[in-house]
Amino acid sequence: MNDTIRDCWKSFGQFASTFGGFQLFSFRLVPYLPSAVRRPWLVTEQIYAIGALSLVLIMFGGLFVGMVLALQSYSTLVEFGSADSVGAFASEALVRELGPVVAALLFAGRAGSSVASEVGLMRATEQIAALELMAVDPLERIVLPRFLAGAISVPLLAAIFSTMGILGAFLVGTVLLGIDSGVFWSQISSRVDFYPDVASGFIKSVIFGVSASLMAVYEGYYAQPNAAGISRAATRTVVITSVWILLLDFILTVVMLPEA
Amino acid sequence: MQSNSAISFSVGLFILLGLISALFLVVQTLDPGRSYSGDSFVVEARFDNIGDLKVRAPVALAGVTIGRVTKITVDLVEYRAVVQLTIDSAYDNLPLDTDAIIATSGLLGGKYVELTPGGDTELLVDHGEIMFTQSAIVLENLIGKFLLKGGSE
Repeated sequence: MNDTIRDCWKSFGQFASTFGGFQLFSFRLVPYLPSAVRRPWLVTEQIYAIGALSLVLIMFGGLFVGMVLALQSYSTLVEFGSADSVGAFASEALVRELGPVVAALLFAGRAGSSVASEVGLMRATEQIAALELMAVDPLERIVLPRFLAGAISVPLLAAIFSTMGILGAFLVGTVLLGIDSGVFWSQISSRVDFYPDVASGFIKSVIFGVSASLMAVYEGYYAQPNAAGISRAATRTVVITSVWILLLDFILTVVMLPEA
Repeated sequence: MQSNSAISFSVGLFILLGLISALFLVVQTLDPGRSYSGDSFVVEARFDNIGDLKVRAPVALAGVTIGRVTKITVDLVEYRAVVQLTIDSAYDNLPLDTDAIIATSGLLGGKYVELTPGGDTELLVDHGEIMFTQSAIVLENLIGKFLLKGGSE
């Protein structure tokens, strides 16, 4: 009994110190933000590695999520005689929820893990120590460009995901389900609004992008400098980011839900 | 690692695609008939019961949307709902005895205000009032009446 309490206390302590370390790390990055303007090429390179290379995965994912959404919602909506609003249903779900959340989850799996293991390997092979010896700040040179690239990429990826999803729903809706294409688009424009639907999706994707990329660089930067540590850093990035994004999404949805 | 120009090209393409997608989402969700920025006029209509009519519900003439409901208040003297209708000024030759009905689109659809023009030669003016109105049909009341009637027979 005593041991259980001690173990709980110990793991709580570990959690608290990781959480606190993460906050301190985030604050330490803030003063470096202006330096990214001086070296835009470092960020561009990372946007290529993190964002542009995730594009195919995101587009593919969005297209098929949209297609499935259209099929699934059709089977329910047709019972109420409102099969025409398949497009409005699918695009509202995509723009508000699935776009930001699934894009961020795919980003964590595709880019977050690779950033964590890349930075972790730099730590293990003492490249970070070498940079410090040359009086180059690794936070400025290594961490900041990766963080910024992630924070810029995720909102763009979420927008692309939602757009591809709506196109996928359009394909399934008009070709497979026989919904009139004009009705499809007019339902979307009358039921989905810029505020709160698109705006809340955008705010969510910005918040997810910042937190997902912060966690990836944090896990990589403080990885145990050995093979097991790097693999643990990559795993922890995906797991913690996914849980955090799903939890945060619930909180943000509750906060931003319209009062209608 | 690829050459710098290839990286620049893909990054540019990626950001461009992202911005186009964002623009697509914004444009798709804009309702063309939503806002009448400059050219519109306002009339009021008083109803005994507006059902669940909401602000921004359409105002239709012969089924064509010509405006929006812009404000709903309660008149505490008459205890009636005051609905402000903003109508595109392209449709400013409505007769004075036009009547306003709160109708439902489809069985379960949203409420909207349907205008039916009368035969008066005088026209509705800006900040005028529609005199003839018919309240929303509340489905529950109808069912209640029907049940009551069925019970008494």
